[in-house]
Amino acid sequence: MRESKRICRLVALASSLIISVSAFAADITGAGATFPYPIYAKWAEAYKTKTGNELNYQSIGSGGGIKQIQNRTVDFGASDMPMKPEELEKNGLLQFPTVVGGAVPVFNLKGINSGEVRLTGPVLADIYLGKIKKWNDPAIAALNKNLSLPDQDITVVHRSDGSGTTFIWVNYLSKVSPEWKDKVGEGTSVAWPTGVGGKGNEGVASYVQRINGSIGYVEYAYALQNKMSYALVQNRDGYFVSPNIETFKASAAGAQWDKAPGMYLILTDQLGKDAWPISGATFILVYKSQDKPDRVKEVLKFFDWAYAEGDKMAMQLDYVPLPDSVVALIQSSWKNQIKDASGKPVWP
Amino acid sequence: MSSVVTSIEGVTSPPTPKIISSTLTAARLGRQYFIDLVFLNTTRLFAFVVLALLLAILVSLLVGSLPAMRAFGFGFLTSTDWDPVQEKFGALVPVFGTLVTSFIALLIGIPVSFGIALFLTELSPPWLKRPLGIAIELLAGIPSIIYGMWGLFVFAPIFADYVQPWLIKYIGPLAIIGPLFSGTPQGIGMLTAGIILAIMVIPFIASVMRDVFELVPPLLKESAYGLGATTWEVVWHVVLPYTKIGVVGGILLGLGRALGETMAVTFVIGNAHQVYTSLLAPGNSIASALANEFTEAVGDLYTAALIELGLLLFLITVIVLALAKLLLLQLAKMEGAQT
Repeated sequence: MRESKRICRLVALASSLIISVSAFAADITGAGATFPYPIYAKWAEAYKTKTGNELNYQSIGSGGGIKQIQNRTVDFGASDMPMKPEELEKNGLLQFPTVVGGAVPVFNLKGINSGEVRLTGPVLADIYLGKIKKWNDPAIAALNKNLSLPDQDITVVHRSDGSGTTFIWVNYLSKVSPEWKDKVGEGTSVAWPTGVGGKGNEGVASYVQRINGSIGYVEYAYALQNKMSYALVQNRDGYFVSPNIETFKASAAGAQWDKAPGMYLILTDQLGKDAWPISGATFILVYKSQDKPDRVKEVLKFFDWAYAEGDKMAMQLDYVPLPDSVVALIQSSWKNQIKDASGKPVWP
Repeated sequence: MSSVVTSIEGVTSPPTPKIISSTLTAARLGRQYFIDLVFLNTTRLFAFVVLALLLAILVSLLVGSLPAMRAFGFGFLTSTDWDPVQEKFGALVPVFGTLVTSFIALLIGIPVSFGIALFLTELSPPWLKRPLGIAIELLAGIPSIIYGMWGLFVFAPIFADYVQPWLIKYIGPLAIIGPLFSGTPQGIGMLTAGIILAIMVIPFIASVMRDVFELVPPLLKESAYGLGATTWEVVWHVVLPYTKIGVVGGILLGLGRALGETMAVTFVIGNAHQVYTSLLAPGNSIASALANEFTEAVGDLYTAALIELGLLLFLITVIVLALAKLLLLQLAKMEGAQT
């Protein structure tokens, strides 16, 4: 009896502790994309030790993030797929990018090392359409004259869950292959003509590592951290480039953000000698007119701090920070477009 | 507590004047009646909550899937489309995958579970019964994601390297079942999902079977043994007929788990929205499609189509349960004729 009383008291104490902690947490809340979650979490931790303000980010997926911000249950939404300008207008939302990442084609072929295979966008599209079925297909062999490619079936691996990485990947395939655009199109999940689906980057990665003769695509940071064999891809200027922080930066630098309404810009197939052709930014969504201007100001303060101080942390986690010119553009959009109830700008 | 005390008092105390005792009983009876009433209503409330929950789930599934029903009608059941970009959806691929993987699971699971239960109740030396029984119950408690990860990281590579090439080489060229075992050895696919599901349902079916086999009165079994029956004859003619309702119940429990299993299947089924004749090829199941796509389903029609898939799973479970009840009724009818 006494024992059970003691346990009761302990439980009560513990639950009151939990309640009081959660009441102090959640200074700002956001929800959405899973791809930037590691860097948002790291920024939030550093931001908290510096300012004492907490950021509570739930990585529930881009679709969920958009739904949550539309229901106004969070202070900001996050999405890997930018919202189209007309939809932003309709919902009264402002959108801005935070970091750049992208997709990397990875493969598993015995005797062929990372970075040895060269592919082009149209060839990738034909592989994913199921038109190129063997590794020694003339289209692949013509790009890799110095390699002896095996007479082996290609197993295509794609994401089975909806994903921003998929969006960047199929957006690129749509840009380089009219047939892909016509038959499959683009979205966070599509009707794949062939192949097997893995759940998450880790699902795709484990399928690729386990199935001989497979090709898949994973998020850049994931490919790097797991030392996966990647293929070189020809960019729009005709150069074969490997995925690394410089080529992603080149892709972000070449983009003309100032000419994109609503910052709707997908960084695939960008111009530039060094540009990695399959990259894309991840975005934040906030309401333009605010009945709670203090809260959105906290959100903007957080990202302002992240743009200024967070580059190194981002690069440690293999995200590519935005160039300063783009950050300046973003901050002017905050100033011009986010207003409180009386129409006064919230920022700075 | 107090009622027990009074009843003891009633027994031990000397006989009391008649009038007082009758009023006492009346009061006690009244209180007892009230307690019974409360008890009846509380338990009835609990039972009805289940019914209400079931109805509420059904209604919310129906309401949620209305947009998809309006857009696709009955074509939803027969279409193999699953195109989130064009917003064209059909349920044939996941329904097919759910049924096929569950069928494979039962095909493997039932005989193995029967063997386990038979060994544990009839053949095993007594000192082995407990550890084996506990091991099976532990298997039932392992979270399904562990089975999925084990299936993907351990089972699938071994299956792809050693078993699938053999199946493709020797069974693939055969006439009728050959096409079921053709293609490239990928390790994952419908067959792998079915086998993993079988491993997951075996502990459920086996432990129920063991429990009901143990309920058979020793008198019956010993009479049969006394008449010179072999162990197999005793099991087949005495134990199974005596326990068939429990056995079917155990199989249904396993089937329920197989139909609704999500994470383990997602890991190994390959998640491809296509129907292939080969069991080695990837496929998709209802629960796996829901787990994969619900979070990122943008657009009302996409979400509605997924909810309609959930509704279909619900209906499949109801149909399977109804069929099993019919089967049991049929068995009960034949009872007299058989012997």
